[in-house]
Amino acid sequence: MPAKTRTRKSDLKSLTIRVCVGTGGLAAGSQDVIDEFTKQLKAKKIRATIAKKCVNKTGCRGFCAKDVLVDVIRNRKTETYQLISPEMVSTIVENHIVNGEPVEKWLVGPEYHEFHNRQTKILLDQCGQIDPEDIDAYTAIDGYKGAKKALSMDPLEVIEEVRNSGLRGRGGAGFSCGMKWDFCRRTPATPRYIICNADEGDPGAFMDRSIIEGNPHSVIEGMIIGGYAIGAELGYVYIRAEYPLAVERLRIALDQAREKNCLGKNIFRTKYNFDIKIKLGAGAFVCGESTALMRSIEGKRGMPRPTPPRSVTKGLYDKPTALNNVETLANVPLILLKGADWFTSFGTKKNTGTKVFALTGKCKNTGLIEVPLGMSLKEIIYDIGGGVEKKRELKAVQTGGPSGGCIPAEHINMPVDFDSLTKIGSMMGSGGMVVMDDTTCMVDMAKFFLTFTEDESCGKCVPCRVGTKRMLEMLTRITEGRGRSGDIERLLELSDTIRLGSLCGLGRSAPYPVMSTIRFFRHEYEAHIHDGICPAGACKALRQYLVNEETCKMCGKCFRVCPSDAIVWEKKQFAKINKTKCIKCGSCYDACPFNAIL
Amino acid sequence: MEKDCQKILHRYNAEGGSVVSLLQDIQETFGYIREDVVDWFSEELNVPASNFFGVATFYAQFYLKPRGENIITACCGTACHVKGSAPIIEKLRMDLKIPEGEVTSKNGKYTLESVACVGACSIAPVFIANKKVFGKLTAEMADAMIKGLDKK
Repeated sequence: MPAKTRTRKSDLKSLTIRVCVGTGGLAAGSQDVIDEFTKQLKAKKIRATIAKKCVNKTGCRGFCAKDVLVDVIRNRKTETYQLISPEMVSTIVENHIVNGEPVEKWLVGPEYHEFHNRQTKILLDQCGQIDPEDIDAYTAIDGYKGAKKALSMDPLEVIEEVRNSGLRGRGGAGFSCGMKWDFCRRTPATPRYIICNADEGDPGAFMDRSIIEGNPHSVIEGMIIGGYAIGAELGYVYIRAEYPLAVERLRIALDQAREKNCLGKNIFRTKYNFDIKIKLGAGAFVCGESTALMRSIEGKRGMPRPTPPRSVTKGLYDKPTALNNVETLANVPLILLKGADWFTSFGTKKNTGTKVFALTGKCKNTGLIEVPLGMSLKEIIYDIGGGVEKKRELKAVQTGGPSGGCIPAEHINMPVDFDSLTKIGSMMGSGGMVVMDDTTCMVDMAKFFLTFTEDESCGKCVPCRVGTKRMLEMLTRITEGRGRSGDIERLLELSDTIRLGSLCGLGRSAPYPVMSTIRFFRHEYEAHIHDGICPAGACKALRQYLVNEETCKMCGKCFRVCPSDAIVWEKKQFAKINKTKCIKCGSCYDACPFNAIL
Repeated sequence: MEKDCQKILHRYNAEGGSVVSLLQDIQETFGYIREDVVDWFSEELNVPASNFFGVATFYAQFYLKPRGENIITACCGTACHVKGSAPIIEKLRMDLKIPEGEVTSKNGKYTLESVACVGACSIAPVFIANKKVFGKLTAEMADAMIKGLDKK
């Protein structure tokens, strides 16, 4: 608690203001807040560094939920404000910056600190402290030192170090990064390529975007090290066109790196030449698959091919290629700088290091979190996420996006790592974690993911192209109350066909959401099919709206909002719903102030 | 048209482009993948037009029809779905009078399209109107968002 004595302007020695400018922050209007700070400070003739803080650090702890977040660091003392709008800026400037009295009512609450204290941030810590558009900010926190160190070593030593760290690919399958590089290096053909996979297509995942937006240089540095290790002179970043801000930041970072001789000819005054090109994705989920991604870079239809040969021997332009995920590469400079032993001190024996997750859905604190591998699901959801919102009951957690599965609430004590998740029929995927409560229907959830995979199937393998379509039809029928007995068995049979008969990861994992929901929530499927009810009350077609005459106050609000004239009402009369006209839109339910519509 | 095409061709030759980057440039310049433009490049580069259309129809990013003046993108990611994006999409479709099975309204004023995930799940449901991101959207906010577009 700061002293309430009025201090004089002259005791202001240093001042830094950090404003969150990730996609979440910008959506909440952080640019206006920055402009207002600049204007006000200029008027008061105060000089301050206004750094752009990336979305991650404080984080988009979904603290995007509390955006705009502003750090005011006055005389080296940091205070963080939440939910700041431009109108509030003048008060902060006057009270806090000029007079040294923070505006208590706008400061972040205890939940903000709890959220952070339970995390282990080795990647996200850097994001958010530094200006992503300034290479000097990165070098000031030991940036590019890992690459310099690597370039003074033998490439094989670099590979050995990464292998000893136990770093596994963060893109989903969890293959050892060191081994991948080793295989690639051993293939004699040249030139070799290194590709950074930033085609983060999983719905519900945004860690790669945040890392690139927050600390693009760490990814570039990781690519330099990887490129040197495998003997590549050219690298590509394959990034989604849907992430304009990340692309922009990456472009700026690449230009700055070239200027400072971190990229180009004879980098860091060694004999090694290396450069990076950006390739924009064109919107196809399957292009996150390694062989499809490489076809796409070559400018062709992004369709997967059978493996082997794997891309480490025959990849881009049929040359040896190492493909690594954004988060994997961002870990590499730290491993080189601090050593493999430091890295293995996080996580468990076979799952070393930390993992960034996008915690979303119906949980109180949504956002980007970083925890050591092996932390239990319970700790993540309750201690960091603050539990389920509106005090509802946790039903399941979905991990791994459309390729993953659901983990029901009774398995909440399981550790979150690559192997445990696979064992339960889900997968790590890229790290999306969607929390679902008792109002989420699991059949609807499976349908949602199938809609996605059906749409994104590239069409090459028949089981995937036709199978997902048939599966979606069945699921749609079930959610509309037209399910038939035997549908569950048919779905399971089809799941096996698709899983075993498809070439790439998309097809092979497409049935997982269906299989895991049937495994754990078979009763919900049965309720839809046999009883025509949706236990969660989420499937529109199975809902019936009724007026409870005990609580109805005859106000007529429902009558006025009904778009299909299905409600009959007159003054001093109970409202009635005409079932044949009702389109089940739920407008009356939302409009009723007395919860009289059931 | 000829002049714009030359410009694109020049870039293609200088930077060693691919069919994908060429199509991206065509769309950037003309707004969508115009058939006559593709034919021109097909002649010029001696690549069958079917190659171009094969690639163009594969990726969601390419449009074969002209698009509306205002572009509204609805995020259909998991988090947005769970937080109720579907009713808002339906409402916008009705309000903007976009015919079933189409993405652009008849008067060419609005295009309503969906993307898999814009990666801003913590502020779900997310909509993007003319590149401005709107988070935690409700039906009322959607009305305001459309009014904002009309003002311009």
